[in-house]
Amino acid sequence: MAERRFPSPFEVEGPAGAEGWEELYTYSLPFSEDRRSYEESVFWFQDGIHWPDPLTPWDATWYEYAIASLSQYNTRHYLIPPALGIDYRVLYGYAYLTPVPVTDPAEIEARVPQFMERAGFYFMNWNDLYDRWVAKIKDLIAEMEAITFEPLPEKEEMEVITEGRGMGSGLKIQEDYRNLLNLALKLWQYHFEFLNLGYAAYLDFFGFCKEAFPNIPDLAIAKMVAGVEVDLFRPDEELKKLAEKAVELGVEDAFDAPSAAEVFARLEGTPWMDAWNEAKYPWFNFSTGGGFYHQDKIWIDHPEIPLGYIKNYIAKIKAGEDIHRPLEELRAERDRVVAEYEALLETDEDREAFQQKLGLARTVFPYVENHNFYVEHWSHSVVFRKMRELGNVFVKEGFLESVDDVFYIKRDEINEALWDMYSAWAVGTSPRGTEYWPREIARRKRILDACKQWSAPPALGEPPEVVTEPFTIMLWGITSDSINMWLGAGDGDGGGDLNGFAASPGVAEGPARVILSPDQIGELQPGEILVAPITAPSWAPVFGKISAAVTDIGGMMSHAAIVCREYGLPAVTGTAFATTTIRNGTRIRVDGSTGTVTILD
Amino acid sequence: MREFILWFDEYHESDKPRVGGKCASLGELIAAELPVPPGFAVTVEAYDTLRDDGDLRFKVRRALAEIDLDDPDSLERTSRYVRKLIESVEMDHGVVAAIRESYQRLCETCGIGDVPVAVRSSATAEDLPDASFAGQQDTFLWVRGADAVVRAVQKCWSSLFTARAISYRHETGHDHEVISMAVAVQKMVHPKAAGVAFTLNPTDGDRSQIAIDSSWGFGEAVVSGEVTPDNFLVDKVLFEITKRTISPKAIEYVLNGSGIVEKAEVPADRRLAPSLDDHEIVAVAKMAKRAERHYGRPQDIEWAIDRDLPQGSDVVLLQSRPETVWSRKPPRRVARPGQGLLDGIVSTLLSPVHTRDRSATTEGSDM
Repeated sequence: MAERRFPSPFEVEGPAGAEGWEELYTYSLPFSEDRRSYEESVFWFQDGIHWPDPLTPWDATWYEYAIASLSQYNTRHYLIPPALGIDYRVLYGYAYLTPVPVTDPAEIEARVPQFMERAGFYFMNWNDLYDRWVAKIKDLIAEMEAITFEPLPEKEEMEVITEGRGMGSGLKIQEDYRNLLNLALKLWQYHFEFLNLGYAAYLDFFGFCKEAFPNIPDLAIAKMVAGVEVDLFRPDEELKKLAEKAVELGVEDAFDAPSAAEVFARLEGTPWMDAWNEAKYPWFNFSTGGGFYHQDKIWIDHPEIPLGYIKNYIAKIKAGEDIHRPLEELRAERDRVVAEYEALLETDEDREAFQQKLGLARTVFPYVENHNFYVEHWSHSVVFRKMRELGNVFVKEGFLESVDDVFYIKRDEINEALWDMYSAWAVGTSPRGTEYWPREIARRKRILDACKQWSAPPALGEPPEVVTEPFTIMLWGITSDSINMWLGAGDGDGGGDLNGFAASPGVAEGPARVILSPDQIGELQPGEILVAPITAPSWAPVFGKISAAVTDIGGMMSHAAIVCREYGLPAVTGTAFATTTIRNGTRIRVDGSTGTVTILD
Repeated sequence: MREFILWFDEYHESDKPRVGGKCASLGELIAAELPVPPGFAVTVEAYDTLRDDGDLRFKVRRALAEIDLDDPDSLERTSRYVRKLIESVEMDHGVVAAIRESYQRLCETCGIGDVPVAVRSSATAEDLPDASFAGQQDTFLWVRGADAVVRAVQKCWSSLFTARAISYRHETGHDHEVISMAVAVQKMVHPKAAGVAFTLNPTDGDRSQIAIDSSWGFGEAVVSGEVTPDNFLVDKVLFEITKRTISPKAIEYVLNGSGIVEKAEVPADRRLAPSLDDHEIVAVAKMAKRAERHYGRPQDIEWAIDRDLPQGSDVVLLQSRPETVWSRKPPRRVARPGQGLLDGIVSTLLSPVHTRDRSATTEGSDM
């Protein structure tokens, strides 16, 4: 494979009609001639786990905030000895990442004692710091919730005069938007306060297990560490409780109503509505996707989604099925797995080290498992709602045709648009934005539509000999194997098999259903095998229906893998080409124990 | 009423004196959920019916009294004579009926008429010089039909009077008349597939794995190395199949029409087909794990999938021996002495060698 390499970001052929795509992003985000020699010298992989679709200008905010925050902790806070941050770019709307190693051995050496001191503090005080983290994140959310965006008034209120405030609504709306952005960045700072350290501790236990038991399945290690009760499963738990409540109250017929509004109308005044209102905040701040795209639907804003799931659960209860997760059994199984592997170790020293490392991994893991709900689901839902409030203001001022057009404006351009709006309001004339933005947004939509048609290469540039960067492997599931797979994909010698991570055990055969966006999950029929670019935690309720899952993207610890294991579905993740190779209705065989997907037809 | 028959799966520890060592060990394996082929013991009470025959007792006693122990020919002659006496005497009707009835039941369990069985003596303590000696002499394989089984039992009984057994009892002062023996009647395995299994990975000593070698037909093909078997690796805790290698299997040992095991070519359509399905792989692995637990150390077992037994209970254990290669090596050590948790994390970050890539594992493991 010495000669084989991925296309250069500067040579790869883009989609027709995407000219000008670079202008949709912060000037530092696209690949550019200014940094060409560096950008061509490294290996880039596409992050389809978090950003499978082209980014709209505002949605790129999450991408930049997330990756910069991740990097900052590696580089500046904990001084991870061999790793600086992850560098990031956009090409035709798609996210490409490259890990930045520390290459000088002397520098790595020098970082070690500093890392031990800094990371050591966190590991020593983990539970206390984590409690504080939960409080911090809730305060942050409350701060974001307190922000409201309203159209500028015809005239300022009398109090502004009588209280001698000396400033007006135009300043406030600009301040509030800047404040929302600051809080969003702070959110991502918090997100990575623990995550990399958590993964490092997990990796350490993982490495120990692999050395003691070279053939141990990855998922056995995950099983020993994973929590039984996890906040990420809580939304689904709440659905089940609401389904039970409906049956208990005998109001299950209400769910046959044709719309969510009608269901609520029928249930108005019943205790079920109280239960719903109690559950929905925060638990239904739950995205149908990964939480990074404005177009992903959020349960609380689209109640037809959770209501549909509740209706399914009601049907199951009626059919006599037990919809509860068997917590006791899950705990007992976890204890059994731990005890058996421990007993297979051959020395007391190893058993002691095993217990210590497992103990730390379990201490850090609640963060790893739970942060996703707090950050990507709950907090992002709040920010998207606030952005839509702002979008609504722009619609009323004639800047935008529809609320969601706000996500086609870059985050810093919004300051300019607010200035334009404020300035015209202040002067008492017309803003330019009412002409400029509808035209510009139409152009941007055309560009992004063109980008959507592009099949983005999984990687760019020179492939590394061996992938050793710990976070690349852990967070993105990029390994030497997956790179070889991508390189070999064009050879056409696949023989009908796809390979990926053995993410959740078991074997299933059935017709495939290719689901390219969360909106399509309703198309799934019982017994079908879900084939998707990725799956989101909020798809959990459909897992009772399908017989297996296959994804293009994701590693062992991807959210998709965790949820599939939880629901006992055979799953193969990170196959790279499932959605492009497998067609709707094709019979496939999914072996979640070996990571193989076989096309049978 | 005397109980002439005890099924292996009804065995209890207190039955050992009635059924002898061989049957007791089969009963123990079944009790430990180690499925040996089904069968039953013809108990010592059945043998004891011989003593009811006064004429037989008289003739045997007289013949034994006349032996010149210093004359090997005399010993041989007497042995042949006594054995013939025992083999030609009319067996107790109750015993015959019990054997026939039990054999019939075994045929029904296996779903085939005249199921082939192995008939073996099962010595009670001290009656015979050593088990292996006894075992070699008194095993009748591929016995079919109730009459043949009854005859084989009788031949086993007579084997208490081989020349060596007689002289052994003379030397050790055992009474020829109080000795007794039980007989094991056990279904012959008719393997669809067979092979061996180790309760560790023989290539790297990984104790968390069970390695299975498997090929079509009788296990001889695998044991003798005449085929490259399919190879499966199964995780011992989760029973996940962690690796599978399917090899072309050119030959197999099968049973021909005359009940003889012979080598045959594997038809083209089965050569590359896996010789075990996933359920069978896991069933073999579970059995191997139970054998390891039963014996308290890694085991090297021989197993077969018996085509005559109902699906789900067709995996049988043929033999279990202690594993000897890795078990003799010093224990694997993973923890580095004096290394704290944080040191461990640092070295993991510096060399995350055990993440996914095996080649990196070996290259980087010295860091």
